[in-house]
Amino acid sequence: MKKEEVPQDGDNLHKGTFKQLFYAVDQSGEYTAPVSSVGWEPENVALDQAWEEVEHRVNETRDQVLAGQKSPIAYYMERTLLDLPLLASKAGKFGWQVKRHMKPAVFKKLSTGMITRYAAIFSIPADVLQKGELLPFQRPQ
Amino acid sequence: MTTFNHVQTAHCESGVVSNMFRHYGLKISEPMAFGIGAGIFFGHLPFVKVNGVPGTTYRIWPGAIFSRVCKRLGVKMESHKFSNPAKAQQALDDVIAKGIPVGMQSSVYYLPYFPASYRFHFNAHNLVVFGKEGNDYLVSDPVMDTVTKIDPESLEQARFAKGFPAPQGKMYYPVSVPQNVDFAGPIKAGIKQACYFMLKVPMPQFGIKGIRYLAKRVRQYPEKQGDRRAALYLGNIIRMQEEIGTGGAGFRFMYAAFLQEAGTLLKKEELIAIGKDLTLVGDLWRNFAFAAGRVCKARVVDNSPYNELGDMLMHIADEEEKIFRRLSKVKYD
Repeated sequence: MKKEEVPQDGDNLHKGTFKQLFYAVDQSGEYTAPVSSVGWEPENVALDQAWEEVEHRVNETRDQVLAGQKSPIAYYMERTLLDLPLLASKAGKFGWQVKRHMKPAVFKKLSTGMITRYAAIFSIPADVLQKGELLPFQRPQ
Repeated sequence: MTTFNHVQTAHCESGVVSNMFRHYGLKISEPMAFGIGAGIFFGHLPFVKVNGVPGTTYRIWPGAIFSRVCKRLGVKMESHKFSNPAKAQQALDDVIAKGIPVGMQSSVYYLPYFPASYRFHFNAHNLVVFGKEGNDYLVSDPVMDTVTKIDPESLEQARFAKGFPAPQGKMYYPVSVPQNVDFAGPIKAGIKQACYFMLKVPMPQFGIKGIRYLAKRVRQYPEKQGDRRAALYLGNIIRMQEEIGTGGAGFRFMYAAFLQEAGTLLKKEELIAIGKDLTLVGDLWRNFAFAAGRVCKARVVDNSPYNELGDMLMHIADEEEKIFRRLSKVKYD
């Protein structure tokens, strides 16, 4: 890649405010100092797609919670971009235990201690989780 | 208070090495650190999934560059992991109080100064903490253009993130850094190791073989995964390749810059020439990312674009193999 070919597509989620460095060659084909870039289309597309997927999963899970199929734990797991193994290791539980906590009936009987632990992982107040309130998800703009 | 000469770099780990060693008077460029640490690599791991998407890596596992460079240059360092966050913070405070900048592994999800759109659960990010201001820690994050600050709660969460690879509060710092080092030996050792990892690891997922392995799987994405997942898998390959300035193409360019610097230092024209050809392979990776980005965006239904992407990867594998075969045959006197 030549220096003048270093992409400058700032049409991304951070509006080109975050600059990355690239090693690129000058006219004689030599590397000198790295060049700053505000972004590149394929990366912007892929990052956008990743957030779309997160949004999709969050909305899907919200519907399932509202329909009484899953507990708020499932919703907040998606909202915090976690998956089951990650959430389980953070909570200090086995996967199957966390999966059980995602059943509305089991969730209702969770101890205050467990609710507090989950709330800390999700960075939300414990009473919000206790009441089963679903705070909105905000993807980076 | 410790002053730390922060220089933005393309990649976090080689950047930490370069910035930290310079602090002790040992000048080493980022590409040189990357080359001596044999950072270049490839691996596709369908079994290691994050949020259900298979992982791809374009460099060696986290921490390897740092420890290899230290070993080859004769830098002695201390490295600690912790199970108790309070003890980890105390240990950090003690070391920076002595004026020693400390490298640490962290998860970008918990770094408040990072652009929000990049904050996924990625645990292998390296940064340097070099002092304290009130309760906040002063941070030199190699991929940011200036020094920044972080509150102790966020830092603790970042240091004790769970998942793969778990940082476990890992912190590391040099205890003795030699002032004059002959790079010749370390360069040769680094090149030899990189060739081994690219050409000879006896598993299909790694090195040049790994690129071909990925190529075959990409061709099958539409059939095996369906449109939605196929596009998602592809998007992840691009993100792993291009995110934060390095990835597939970026690491190729950085390694080419290393070969140029090494060739000049050792007066070996051959290394410089191989570096030039590697730059062309880096361009092939960029073309691949560009084409893959288009496929992602279009959400095409039929197989043909995926077959073409597979062909592109096969071509990249062939070219990259030639590079490393030549590199492994370079004779030094």
